[in-house]
Amino acid sequence: MAKDVPHQPMPRLEDAPLLTGRGQFFDDLPVPHGTLYAAILRSPHAHARLRAIHADAARGLAGVHSVLTGEDYAGVAAPLMVGVRLPIECWPIARHKVRYAGEPVAVVLAGDRYIAEDALDLIEVDYDPFAPVLDPVEALDADAPVLHDEMGGNLGSDRQFTYGDPGAAFDDAEHVVDISVRYPRNSCTPIETYGVLAQWEPHGQSFDITANFQGPFSIHPVIARALQVPGNRLRLRTPEDSGGSFGVKQGVFPYIALLAACARLADRPVKWVEDRLEHLTASVSSTNRAITLRAAVRGDGRITALDYDQVEDVGAYLRAPEPATLYRMHGNLCGAYDIANLSVRNRIVMTNKTPTGLNRGFGGPQIYFVLERLMQRIAAELDLDPVEVIRTNLIPTDAFPYRTASGATYDSGDYVRAFEQALKDGRYDALVARRNERRAEGRMYGIGLSVAVEPSVSNMGYLSTVLTPEERARSGPKNGAQSSATVHIDPVGTITVQLDSVPQGQGHKTVAAGIVAERFGLSPGNIKVVAALDTSKDAWSIAAGNYASRFAAASAGAVCIAADRLRDRLAWIAAAQLNVVPDDLRFEGGRIFAAGNPDAALPFARVASAAHWAPATLPELDGSPIRETAIWTAPELSAPNEADEINSSLCHGFIFDFCGVEIDPITHEAHIDRYVSMHDCGTILHEGMVEGQIRGAFAHAIGASLYEEYAYDEDGAFLAGTFADYPVPTVHEIPDLEIYHICTPSPVTPLGAKGVGEGNCMSTPVCVANAVADALRPGCGEVDLVLPLIPARIAGFLQDEPRAPEGQEKRRETGGKGLSGTGQARVDAAPQDIWDLLMDADQLAAIIPGAHGVKRLSPTRFLADVTLGVGPVKGRYRVDVALSDLDEPRSAVLTGKASGALGTGMGEGRVTLTPDDAGGTLIGYAYDASVGGKVASVGGRLLDGAAKIVIGQFFSALGRRAGDPTHRQGIFARLRARLGGAS
Amino acid sequence: MRRLDARQTHVIRFTLNGRAVEAHCSPRMLLSDVLRGELGATGTHVGCEHGVCGACTVRIDGMMARSCLTLAVQVEGATVDTVEGVAPAPGRLSVLQDAFRKHHALQCGFCTAGIVMSLDTLLRDAPDADEARIRDVLSGHLCRCTGYHAIVQAALEAVETLRKETDHA
Repeated sequence: MAKDVPHQPMPRLEDAPLLTGRGQFFDDLPVPHGTLYAAILRSPHAHARLRAIHADAARGLAGVHSVLTGEDYAGVAAPLMVGVRLPIECWPIARHKVRYAGEPVAVVLAGDRYIAEDALDLIEVDYDPFAPVLDPVEALDADAPVLHDEMGGNLGSDRQFTYGDPGAAFDDAEHVVDISVRYPRNSCTPIETYGVLAQWEPHGQSFDITANFQGPFSIHPVIARALQVPGNRLRLRTPEDSGGSFGVKQGVFPYIALLAACARLADRPVKWVEDRLEHLTASVSSTNRAITLRAAVRGDGRITALDYDQVEDVGAYLRAPEPATLYRMHGNLCGAYDIANLSVRNRIVMTNKTPTGLNRGFGGPQIYFVLERLMQRIAAELDLDPVEVIRTNLIPTDAFPYRTASGATYDSGDYVRAFEQALKDGRYDALVARRNERRAEGRMYGIGLSVAVEPSVSNMGYLSTVLTPEERARSGPKNGAQSSATVHIDPVGTITVQLDSVPQGQGHKTVAAGIVAERFGLSPGNIKVVAALDTSKDAWSIAAGNYASRFAAASAGAVCIAADRLRDRLAWIAAAQLNVVPDDLRFEGGRIFAAGNPDAALPFARVASAAHWAPATLPELDGSPIRETAIWTAPELSAPNEADEINSSLCHGFIFDFCGVEIDPITHEAHIDRYVSMHDCGTILHEGMVEGQIRGAFAHAIGASLYEEYAYDEDGAFLAGTFADYPVPTVHEIPDLEIYHICTPSPVTPLGAKGVGEGNCMSTPVCVANAVADALRPGCGEVDLVLPLIPARIAGFLQDEPRAPEGQEKRRETGGKGLSGTGQARVDAAPQDIWDLLMDADQLAAIIPGAHGVKRLSPTRFLADVTLGVGPVKGRYRVDVALSDLDEPRSAVLTGKASGALGTGMGEGRVTLTPDDAGGTLIGYAYDASVGGKVASVGGRLLDGAAKIVIGQFFSALGRRAGDPTHRQGIFARLRARLGGAS
Repeated sequence: MRRLDARQTHVIRFTLNGRAVEAHCSPRMLLSDVLRGELGATGTHVGCEHGVCGACTVRIDGMMARSCLTLAVQVEGATVDTVEGVAPAPGRLSVLQDAFRKHHALQCGFCTAGIVMSLDTLLRDAPDADEARIRDVLSGHLCRCTGYHAIVQAALEAVETLRKETDHA
């Protein structure tokens, strides 16, 4: 079925406008007059009862139009549909309870964004915090905090699958090897954040939305249902350009629902652009997952069965299209290996973290991390060469198309050839020699290998594998993946192509122009391709969008089919005029002519425009030569069957990676010395773009391997709220990459192409981890690795880790916001004088750094209004301090709670006052505190230092006050002193 | 120094890509917001608003600057260059921009504006910049699409092309 593809590498049509600042990204587009700008107030708590929202002050601020809450939303809109039948309600803004730090709590609409953000600071929210649960396995405990009371627990789904006879295979196994891993949360963080412009038209009861949504458009019905309008009353438009997505911009949809409801409530257009803190905290990420994988293995390393136990953490809500991350790989759980017996247990749990969604690799990084770590573990336990273990298990060449145990059809491939060729061309032997040399020098050097099958073009039915066959029978079959493309010829014979793929920089317009130009014998520059999609005007289906690497395999195929049909019709028109048969015609150089008689040629434009100007002169055709929309799905994408077998994706590429990693003995950084990646992505449509996709995925994977994590602390505070806390690799962090290809064209896609954009996100993290494990093996034996492999984690395995300097001991693995410390200060005053100062609200107001006022609520309770700055964040807090264990004038315990627009804090400190020989006092203090909200997210790195400074300021102010006799008298004495001083 | 009232809007005047412009803004407004929102120069993009990603990089009086960390009132009287001013004429590309296109040094193009400004500044200040220097300048930018390799290649080729042009001049 593979057809011609353009051979000329052409420059991208997208580039010139983007390079000169003429892109049409969401925030570059004009807005209607009267547009209001939204800012969103978010929960600083991971889990709390939402008691009251006090927004009068915010509403009173000049320029503020309204402040809307979850209750307002519920007046005009409904919760978001959930993919699995569960008794939970997924609101896009909190009602009654907050379940993750960063969950929307209120929306301010104002004349500009600056004022909207000012108003956020004026909203006060009363929360009753609960204990959160962050860990997916702990969330299954009977006594774990429950997120959704209606569920009675946190388990959203529990399914078991058996394919073949894994029980017998394990019974007969010579060896059983197992491994347990934790895959962390990370995200590809597009540089353009989310943006939504929503308009409501009350007479037509319809919404007009522009958002940098990326699909899948199966989400469109979810939004329409939430907004309680029929599908045709939800016009969803995407801008021509989108600043990266990598899956993540699927997650804008809850905000589409939220902002659309706001536009309806305000009866004004509403625009919102997400800021970076919001994006990192509360957009979407990959799922984190706990997986145990067991293998039944023969003595020669041949695997006869696999047994997966997966606990998937989707965060606080099961939000569409989840639990897709868990099921996307269901057909290819055995990777590139020929394994007939498989058992799987899949559990989905909810925890107090941001709901998850699409992220490049989508399910692949999790699966291959455990599978390829297991392959290395098998080699180690059986004392085999890891290369041999892979070789022994690879699907043999003559087995393609290969049907996997769980029902996928691997459409084409030659894994053995790709594997052997990569070892040879990538000079694997030299890498082994290099490792041996380095090790002989006493250095820590390791080699990692990984093999992955990269699925593309998702079957829209794979998600229904989460349902039992009986449930599926009730809800009706779901399958397929409709791709659409329209090719239009205008009255002067020029061509416009409409895509359904919503690209974010993948060059779809260039590839489509090349395909169409080739078919019509025109120059690609003459083809206009439109990427902006409008659900009211363009052809689309639920599979539309830019995900699952579907463009090359599916959308480009639809373009090709539409162009072929039009070309055939034009050939009939030209054949009638030239008196030849259509098959003899050539389309070249803007002309149409018979192969044997190029001189008798018709201008392309004249033939192409004929249907506009003189339709009656045309021969009978099978359709209009003006416009053709092709809608194509592959018949291979069938629904899951009774046995739960599912062809989860249409095509399957192949990747084999190996790399050499050296660990720095001092810093414990993992340095990637060499990295080789072999790909088979079927027919390559554009070499430069394929290389760009591979290098881009590789860069994301390096981040996931070594640097990036959406980390939470035990209270559920989000700790990665800036690009300093979530360190995305720069050019210095990306190592050299050697890329190789073989090509086995896909027999099931129109162009023979397969997806290629996600593979290294799946193969690279585990390849790097295997290399690190190999580097550590001589000194540490087998290690269990958790990504990202930051130096602190690697150091944990090395026994000779140097001790931290005194007073700088590491307390947390990932850095964070729990604080504790002790200290001492000497003050030149007696203990009783200091005690009196500490019990006097007016005195405290002068001593506490940044205090605007202190109120004494009772003899042992104070309320302070304080401005504090940490790193980039400065804000005002209400601090509620209670004193206990009073032992006048020797010691007291202070318990404090702080809250403000920028976050919350809680802490306890003990102060002791000891007289010294010189008439002064030694003040000793010890504190333990924790902070949440924005401060924890963006200032985590700086908190220790900031706390020390603030405490230091407090005691030096205390010392100054206590040492100055005028401050130790009563208020009248002070007044007298002040008046006296002034006179 | 002029003292500005936080509650008032002020007129600021500066040179943007060779043309005199003026904008009304309050003292707290960011240069990025004034360029994009008030002056319609939307080629400069905002990616993080805390000075890490580099997408908003512009040139102020010849120096690279993060427009998201610059108050608009700070550029009063200054010369500001943005990505819109890099090409020699509408419909044409600079040597650097052309090299970007040739090497696929951009995908989504969102971070590109800032990277073009930084490298364009480097090529002016250090026409003989080597790969290490290019990487140093590029390390002030985050690109999520390309993996950077093609950007380095494009910049190296631009250096080479400009060197040849100078030699022939």
